[in-house]
Formats: sequence, C-alpha cells, structure tokens
Amino acid sequence: MNFEFTEEQIMIQQAARDYAQRELIKDVIERDATGRFPSDHIKNLADLGFLGMLVDPKYDGGGMDTVSYVLAMEEISKVDSSCAVVMSVNNSLVCYGIEKYGNEEQKEKFLKPLARGEKIGAFLLSEPEAGSDATSQRTRAVDMGDHYIINGTKNWITNANCGSTYIVIAQTDPAKGHKGINAIIVEKNTPGITLGPHEDKMGMRSSDTHSVMFNDVKVPKENRIGDDGFGFSFAMKTLEGGRIGIASQALGIASGAFERAVQYSKERKAFGKELMYHQSVAFKLAEMAVKIENARNLCLKAAWLKDQHQPYGIASAMAKQYAADIAMEVTTEAVQIHGGYGYVKEYHVERLMREAKLTQIYEGTSEIQKIVISRAVLGK
Amino acid sequence: MAILVYTENWEGKFKKLSYELVSYAAKLAEDMGTQVVAVSIGNTDKEQLKTLGKYGASKVIAVCNGELNTLHNRAYTAVLAQVAQKENAKIVVLAHNNTGKALAPRLSVKLKAGLVSGVVALPISYQPVTFRKKSFNGSAFANVKVNSPSAIVTLFQNSYEIVEKGIEPTIEEFVPTFPEINAQVTNVDKVTGKILLTDAEIVVSGGRGMKGPENWAPIEEFASLLGAATACSRPVSDENWRPHSEHVGQTGKIIAPNLYFALGISGAIQHLGGVSSSKCIVAVNTDKDAPIFEAANYGIIGDVKKVLPDLVAAYKEFKAS
Amino acid sequence: MKILVCISNVPDTTTKIKFNNEKTEFDKTGVQWIINPWDELALTRALELKETSNGVITAVTVATVGLIDSEPTIRKALAIGADNAVRVNANPKDAYYVAGQIAEVVKKDGYEIVICGIESSDYNGSAVGGMLSEFLEYSSVSSVSGMNIDGGNIVVNREIDGGKETLAVKAPFVAVVQKGIAINPRIPNMRGIMMAKTKSLAVVEPAAMDELTSYETYELPAAKAACKMISAENVKELIDLLHNEAKVI
Repeated sequence: MNFEFTEEQIMIQQAARDYAQRELIKDVIERDATGRFPSDHIKNLADLGFLGMLVDPKYDGGGMDTVSYVLAMEEISKVDSSCAVVMSVNNSLVCYGIEKYGNEEQKEKFLKPLARGEKIGAFLLSEPEAGSDATSQRTRAVDMGDHYIINGTKNWITNANCGSTYIVIAQTDPAKGHKGINAIIVEKNTPGITLGPHEDKMGMRSSDTHSVMFNDVKVPKENRIGDDGFGFSFAMKTLEGGRIGIASQALGIASGAFERAVQYSKERKAFGKELMYHQSVAFKLAEMAVKIENARNLCLKAAWLKDQHQPYGIASAMAKQYAADIAMEVTTEAVQIHGGYGYVKEYHVERLMREAKLTQIYEGTSEIQKIVISRAVLGK
Repeated sequence: MAILVYTENWEGKFKKLSYELVSYAAKLAEDMGTQVVAVSIGNTDKEQLKTLGKYGASKVIAVCNGELNTLHNRAYTAVLAQVAQKENAKIVVLAHNNTGKALAPRLSVKLKAGLVSGVVALPISYQPVTFRKKSFNGSAFANVKVNSPSAIVTLFQNSYEIVEKGIEPTIEEFVPTFPEINAQVTNVDKVTGKILLTDAEIVVSGGRGMKGPENWAPIEEFASLLGAATACSRPVSDENWRPHSEHVGQTGKIIAPNLYFALGISGAIQHLGGVSSSKCIVAVNTDKDAPIFEAANYGIIGDVKKVLPDLVAAYKEFKAS
Repeated sequence: MKILVCISNVPDTTTKIKFNNEKTEFDKTGVQWIINPWDELALTRALELKETSNGVITAVTVATVGLIDSEPTIRKALAIGADNAVRVNANPKDAYYVAGQIAEVVKKDGYEIVICGIESSDYNGSAVGGMLSEFLEYSSVSSVSGMNIDGGNIVVNREIDGGKETLAVKAPFVAVVQKGIAINPRIPNMRGIMMAKTKSLAVVEPAAMDELTSYETYELPAAKAACKMISAENVKELIDLLHNEAKVI
C-alpha cells in the first residue's frame, strides 16, 4: 500500500492547476453567460498535452497513467468543467476506445491527430429515445458490402461541433438486438451530417453540445471498430473508463467549491467573528472534506486498478456515483456558506453547483451506476 | 578605519535617501569610534558634496569620469573597492535600491566582505557585527552575523531617521582605475517632471475598486495636492489601466513611504509585501473584511469614488487653514 | 552560445512562515517547494531566446546549489524545457558560498550568458547574481526587464528611476532579471514532464568556499495595532489624525 504520488504525477497536477488558476479562471464566468466555446483554451490544453495524455507516446500521446489523469481532471474541473469535459471525452472515450480496440490503420489515421489534440473526438451514443438504455439504438448503419449507410439522430453530443472525429454507435442488424450494434468512426465532414442548435444548458454552458443528424451518410467499412456486432460491448467497456473521467470531474467541482468555501470562511465575518469560528460552518466544512476525500480515494482506486490492468468497472461506477452525488451536496453547501454572495455569479460557487448536476446525469446517471454496483454486489 | 557610504546622485543632486544613509553610517561610526567617508560617483558640485557633511560625513570622495555617467556595475564596483581599501572601510553602506542591489554583491566578492542586504535597523551587536534584515518577503526578520573582518550592508529605505550633525567635510577628488566597459546604453526612455515612486514621501495608490482607468483623475489630483506619487495594484497594471511602472507589490516595486493611501485595494499578501514598510497606511475599501484593513493604520469603509472627492476637499481645507 | 539559468529551491510563496522553537531555523514541515518565481521567469525567457535565436543559443542549462531534496525542483525546470542541469551538492547557507559554487560551474563548462532572478523569495538577498559576476569578472546588468538576441548582439532593457534604458551588451555577462523579463512562467507539457527523467542532471561536489555570513535567529514582526476606523461621512477627522497623530502630513 502506498498513497504517495510520483514526481511526474505531482508535476502534472501542478501544470493543470497552474493553467486552470491562471488562464481558465479569466473568462470562465463570461463563457458561462454566453456559452462561447473556449477554442483558445482547448488549443492550449492540446499544446500542453492534456487532450491525449493517456495515449501511448508511440501514437503521439503523453503516455501518462490514469492516476495523473484523475489529478489533472480534478484541477481543471475546479475552475472550468466545460473544458474538462472536452478533455474527458477526448481522452477516455475516443482516444481510449480507438487505442484499445481499433486496428493499426485506424490508430495511425485517427488516433494520432486526436492524441496531439489537433482534432477533437466525440462519442455518439445517446439518442432522443435511448439515453441510459443503450441497447435500444435507433440509429441504423446498414451494411452495404464495402461501406455502411448511416441514418438517425444522436442527442446531447459533447464536442459535436468542435469535434471532427466521431465514434458513432449504431444498429446494423436489429434482429440480433444489442449484438447487432457497431461502433464506427465517422469524420464530421462526411456528406449527410447536420448539427442541431447549440443546447442551452443549465451548466457546462460553454461546452459544445448538439444533436447530430445522419442522413444517408456513407462510411467505409474499414472505419468499424472491432468485429461486426462489437459495438455495444465496445461502448460499455469504453464507458467504464469514461466514468473515471467524469468522477474526477465531479471531484474537481466539489473540491473547487470547497476551496472557495474554506477561503470565504476565513475572510468573511458574521456576528463579530470569521465564519470559520462558527461551529455550524466549521462542521459543514469538516463533512465536506470527508466526502471529498472519499470521492478522491474512490477515483484514485479506480484509476490505479486500470493502471494495474485489473478489472475496474465496479470501482469506476462507485467513483462516479459517489463523486457526482457528493459534488451536488458539497456545491450546495458551498453556496449556503457563501450566503447571498453564493447566489451571484462573481463568486463561482453557484456555477459549480449547476455543473455538479450534470455529473449525476451524463455518461450514466447515478441510478445506472447503482444498477452496475448492485449487480456486482448481488452477484447477478 | 572608516565607515564608507556610497551616496548615489540623481543628475548631480543627492536625495533624502542619500542623507538617510549618511545618518545611518554616522551612527555606526559613532558606535565604533570612527568616522564616515562618503563616496560620490559622477558630476556633483562642491556645494552638493558638502551637504553630506551636514548629516555626518567627515570626508567626501568625489569620483568624476565621463565613462561613469551611467551605472556600469563592474566599473563602479572597482571604484568603490579602491576607495574602501584606501580608507580601510570596516562597513560599506549602500541603499537597498536598484543601484545598491547591483553593486553591493559585487563589492562583497571583491572585498571578501560579508553582505547583509535589506537591513532595517542598527546592528543588534557589534562583536561580532550582526544586522537585522527583512526575509521571507517581509513576513519575518533575520539576524545575520558577518563572519568576515569587514561588512557590506544595503539599508532599506525609511529604516533610519535623518539626523543633522553639521560637519564641514573635507572633499577629496579620486581618480580610479576600472576595467573596460562592454555595455553601451543605446536608448533612454524616462518620464520627467513626475515624482518618482521610489522617492515619494507620500504615495496614492489605486486598485481594482477604482473600477476603470477613466476614474483616475481624482487620484492624480489628490497626489498632486499632496506632492505624492501615484501607484497601483497588480490587477490594475495587468489590465493596462495604469503603466507597469506604477505597480507596487512583491512582484512590482517595493516602496516604503511615510504615508501610503490604498484606495480600492483589497490588500492581497503579494501587495502588502511591497508596501508593508510604509510608516502609515490609510485604506479605503467597500469591503469591511478586506485584508488591507489588517495592515492599515487608518481605515474608511466606503466607495472610493464617493470618499475620495471628500478627502480632496478636506485636504484643501486643511491646507488653507 | 550557452545560457546558464541559476535556480533556487524556495518554499511556495503562500507558505505560512514558521520557525523552530529556538528561532534559529525555518520550519520546513509541510512546506511545498517550488522554483523561485523570478528564476522560473528567467528560465522561461532563456528558453524563448533559444527557440527564436536561429541556433545562436545552443543550450539552456539550469544550476542550483542544494542537497538531494532540491532535485524535484530541478526536474521541474527540466520538464519546463531546460536541456540539462547541474546540482552542486551542498546546503545553500550563504550567498557568497552559493555564488562561489556556481562560479566554479560556469568556469568549468563555459557559459556566455548567465541569468539570475533578482532575489529569492526566502532570504531576499538580491545577492547571488551580482556576486557570481564578480567571481567570474564578467560584466553584469541588474534590474533587467527585457532581453533580446539579434544575431550575435544582446540587447537588454534595464529599469532605472522613472524609466528604462536599453543597453547593448557583449558576452560574457550576467543578467539579473526582474518583473517584465517574461510575462508568465512556462507550464511544462506532458512531453516535457516525460522527458525530464531522461535529461542529464549532473551532481558535482562543492569547491572549498567560505561562508561570509550566517543566519543566527529569526523573528516574526510584532503584531500591529488595530486599524483605526473613520466614518466615510467624516473624512476631515482622517486629515486631522494624519496631521496631529501620525504626523505624516
């Protein structure tokens, strides 16, 4: 047992913290108001290597471990979850999916520019009528011999506009149920793809979320990841890793709000003394600290298991469910500690509270995580 | 034996800072039973040189050479070292300003004399000589013992009172030798007619609470009434509301005026690191919990935009009475 | 030309300053160590100069005097982009001692440009750069807020009272740099962090050198009297206090 971070892990954590606290903080409130996508920050994060940090250096990635990724995601999410989610989707869904399950040609062609951050990836699973229930895919990818023709609509797609490399989950053979599903790499500039309007969201407002419509989109067969019918299994396995990213994001949202609450409690006076000297506030902070520490340990445990090539699906489900739920609780308390100031945008915590909500919903709701966890617990 | 003090001049004139150094050196000399020799480099007339006696210099050594009209660290160091050796200086006193920080370390090596920089008081002991200096960006003081037979100190501005002694000094010209100068000044870009921030007895400084560069007129007016310099906090210079040369704080200029007005400045630790040596700090801020009030001597809770015009009016009234 | 950047390992600038019971040593428990902020800016500018010099600058080396516990800080400098590093294996107690050790490194490896930050954020000595230049008998320029290399010509900006001077300097020389030399320290990227382990970090034993000063004891400043609050409606009172009580106007 060893709880110490390596020198590299600490350097990555500091690099992420420095960028977030120095640069992301500058316009995060403005972007939250306008929904403007942070192209400049994404370019900088790509140059720093964060967008492909988990990818093997032989495919132009950073070659870092998942523990480092948790630390970096936490630091970025303390300030700006809209940037963190770009990083998460690119790293743990798109890059990971292609690196782990793609073939050499796909890695050469698609993974390398994604790992360098020159291209951004998007993961197209959710549909208007299939959110958490991923088995009922309505998007069709009809096998035409040497190519597929894709038709259908995907919803709530992160990076839909900024991204240019899509992984589309679509049904090829409905008779086979979820075993007829395929995962196919589709370049966004392929004819027949149109985007819906930018979703006007409650939080993470400057991340770019759209619906994507496919109308007779022709994709070469060599873009399919894995064997015919591997798509559902691919999606589930990839999401196991994705959960670590979102869990770390939730952790960052919680610890970002917590740090602000601690700072505020030291500065703000009420009834003649700083808030920190009021037990009602001090106890709140203690409870928040314990929750955050638990969430962090769950995230790091899941990351460590993944780095050790051990099964981590249950651990990542636990991390995501717990971190997301406590992010909601901790941010709500952080707003409460700030009182009226917490309710205005200048103090950041109300934004973090809005962002926390999404972590309980996307990449598998807290309820879905509980299904995964309970099945494991009950041996179902 | 002597206490040597390097008195910098600005276009031929000495400043209060120079006299503070001489006064400090005079006290060291008195305690050690010796006398003060002041050294001046550059074109300074006899009357100016004599003023150094007023504060305790028994001898003034004037070095005049066209090549030394601008600061060249290596050449200046050679000059000071020669004078120090000639006078058998036990302690050499310089200012803790840009010039002093440039020359003192070189001189320390040249004379193999221990350097204590940023000294804030008279020695706490003479045997062995031990000085108190600022450390950890003003968060602490360190008492530093000098192990070598002679010592170099740079004195923090406003650390010692100016004391008149009224000595009629002897003035001696000295012709030094120095190594070839291999840096050439190619351009000088200087603001004239303004009170220099680092010299000012009073500084009026504005922060983010001023809301924008268009609101600086009352600060300028107040400063000119007081004969003060204007300054600003880091966010203000980062936003380009004011020039970077006005930024005071740990990463900008470190100042120690008699009176510092912090207007709409919250008082981040980095800011306080640059102004905490001020004799008196007045803070005006809307936030009663702003850390500046921890550092200030006098505070007003209120919006600078409302308070400042009242302050200007009250000061005008005071001046008139 | 080769550039040497001197770095010092200092407590994070937000550290609460504490001392041991005898007040003779800084209490290092729980302290996070960083590259001295001025030195980090110096390194950033050195790397920018190398990258834009069309091969005139061939390498940027960092040097420090410190024990093995300073190595994480050195590797951070390597991750930021320094080509290699030298650590003089000694406890950096006195500026004269430190500058003397670095001078030995410069003499041995031959650097045309040496850059030092204006001061370390712990001892605030503002001394090593100047001392080093005298040990080497190099010329030095202090208060440097800008530095450019144009062909073989080195141009520096120096802050002077009320303005700025531009100087043309011939190598070898020492630049003591301050605010303005670079806007922000460079953040290391993944590649840099990965490469840091593979870059050369030479450890050399110290030369015989005197310590001309010793830090005997530390003191924390006395608590300040509480701020006297004056009503915003009564600024006349403030003027009165400044005149009669504080005697500053």
